[in-house]
Amino acid sequence: MKLALLLLLVAVAGACVPAAPRTVAITIHYSHYSTTQVDVPAGLPITFIIRNDDPIDHEWLIGDLAMHERHRTGTEPVHASRPEELTIPALSTRTTTLTFPTAMTLMYMCHLPGHEVYGMVGMLVAK
Amino acid sequence: MPRSLMFAMALALSMLTLAAPAFACGGLIGPNGAVNLLRTTTFVGYHDGVEHYVTAFQFAGGGGKFGSLTPLPGIPSNVEKGGSWTLQRLIRETQPIKATAGPVAFGATRSDAVEVLLQTKIDALDITVLRGGGAAVGEWATAHGFRLPADAPEVLDFYADRSPIFLAAAFDADAASARGQRIGDGTPVHITIPTANPWVPLRILALGKQANDPVTADVYLLTDRKPAILPLARGANGLTLPYDRAASTALLDDLRSDAGMDWVPASGWLSQLRIDTNAATLSYDLAVDVQGHSPSRVAAGLETPGAADPTPLALTLLAAAMAALVLIAIREQRRTVLA
Repeated sequence: MKLALLLLLVAVAGACVPAAPRTVAITIHYSHYSTTQVDVPAGLPITFIIRNDDPIDHEWLIGDLAMHERHRTGTEPVHASRPEELTIPALSTRTTTLTFPTAMTLMYMCHLPGHEVYGMVGMLVAK
Repeated sequence: MPRSLMFAMALALSMLTLAAPAFACGGLIGPNGAVNLLRTTTFVGYHDGVEHYVTAFQFAGGGGKFGSLTPLPGIPSNVEKGGSWTLQRLIRETQPIKATAGPVAFGATRSDAVEVLLQTKIDALDITVLRGGGAAVGEWATAHGFRLPADAPEVLDFYADRSPIFLAAAFDADAASARGQRIGDGTPVHITIPTANPWVPLRILALGKQANDPVTADVYLLTDRKPAILPLARGANGLTLPYDRAASTALLDDLRSDAGMDWVPASGWLSQLRIDTNAATLSYDLAVDVQGHSPSRVAAGLETPGAADPTPLALTLLAAAMAALVLIAIREQRRTVLA
C-alpha cells in the first residue's frame, strides 16, 4: 500500500515538471529529407536536429506557403538569424528549437536552386 | 594541292554547313547549378591497352564561371590539348555533307579523402585529376567554386563506387578573355588512360537536369576490331548505333595526322553511338569489351559494385540448376498424381 502511494506521488510530481523539449531528428541524404512528414504536439518546444550527409549545402526552412513563395525568389544566401530558417553546410549538423502555439500545418523545404523540384519537401503537422 | 590543305578546306566547309556542336562528356555545372549544353561529342579510341579520350569543353550560354566533372575509368598517364580536327573529322565521316562537302578496377573502395593526382592548364581550362569518394570529391569541388546541383551527391557516389577517379575542368573566364576566347569556344582535351577496356561515362550527362530534360550526345568509338557494348543499342533506351563498320583508311590517315593522334592504328572498327533521350532514362554508362565478348554490367551501371558479373560458366551452372529443379518438381508432381 505504501509502495503504491509512493509511486503515485512520484507520477504526480513528474507530471508537474515542465516537459523537456521533444526532439525530431532529420537526416539529409542525396538531397532528400529522411522524414517527409513530422507530427508534433502544439504548444510544446520541439528541438529539430538536422544532419546534412551530403557534400553540398542544404536548407531547412519551415513556414506557410506564403513564406516559401518569398524564399523561392529570395536572394538571402545563408540563413542563420531566424530559428525557422536553417542553412546546413555540407557534412554538418544544425539544431533549432521551435514552439507551434496552435494546431497548424507547415511545410519545410530547401530553396537552393533545383532542390525543391528534386524533392526536398516535407510537411509538419502540429496537433 | 597538298592533302592536308585540301582536308583543312573541306573541314572548314563542313563546319560552315553543320550546326556547330558543343562537346564534352561531363556534367556541366553553372553558377546556379544550371546547365546549358548542346549536343556533346566524344571520341574514345582504344589501342594497345590504352584509352584515348578526346572531348572538347564548350560552355554554351550564361556568364560567370563554369566547370565540369568527368568520371574516368583509371588514372590518366597524360592530359593534353587535343588535336584540332579529330572530333569534326569523325562527324564528317559519319554524317557526310551532301554537295558542299569536300585497366579498370570497377567496384573500388570508397575513400573519405581526396587526392590531387594531376594538375594542368589547357588554354582557359584548369584541369585537375582527383581520386576520392563521392563526398570527398564533392567537398573538393564545392571548395573550388563548383556549384553542384541537387543530384550531385548521388551521382558522385555512383561513380566513385565504380572508379574513384574524376577530372575536374574549370573554365577560367579571365584567361579566356586574355586569349581572345569567349564562353562558347571549344577547347579539345586528350586524356590518355591505361585501362583493360574503354569506358565512357554517360549518366553524368544528366547531372543537374530535370527528369524530362533532353540529353543528346554522340560517342565515336574506335577499336581494333568490332567490340561488344553494354547497354545494347536498342533505341528504346535512348541509345542507337547509326554507324558501325570498319574504319576507312582515309579516316584513319586523317585522324593520325592530327596532333597527338599518331597512335591511331592502320586498321580499326568505328562505332558511332548516339544518345537521344531524357535525363530520367539516362541511368547507364557505356561499357565496352574490345574482345567482343561480355562487357561489365557494373561498368555499364546496370549492377552495383560487389554484385559479381555472371560469367558464362556461372550462367550455365545456374541454368542447369534451374532445369534440375524443374525436373524434380515435375517428377514429384507425377508421384503425387500416381499416388
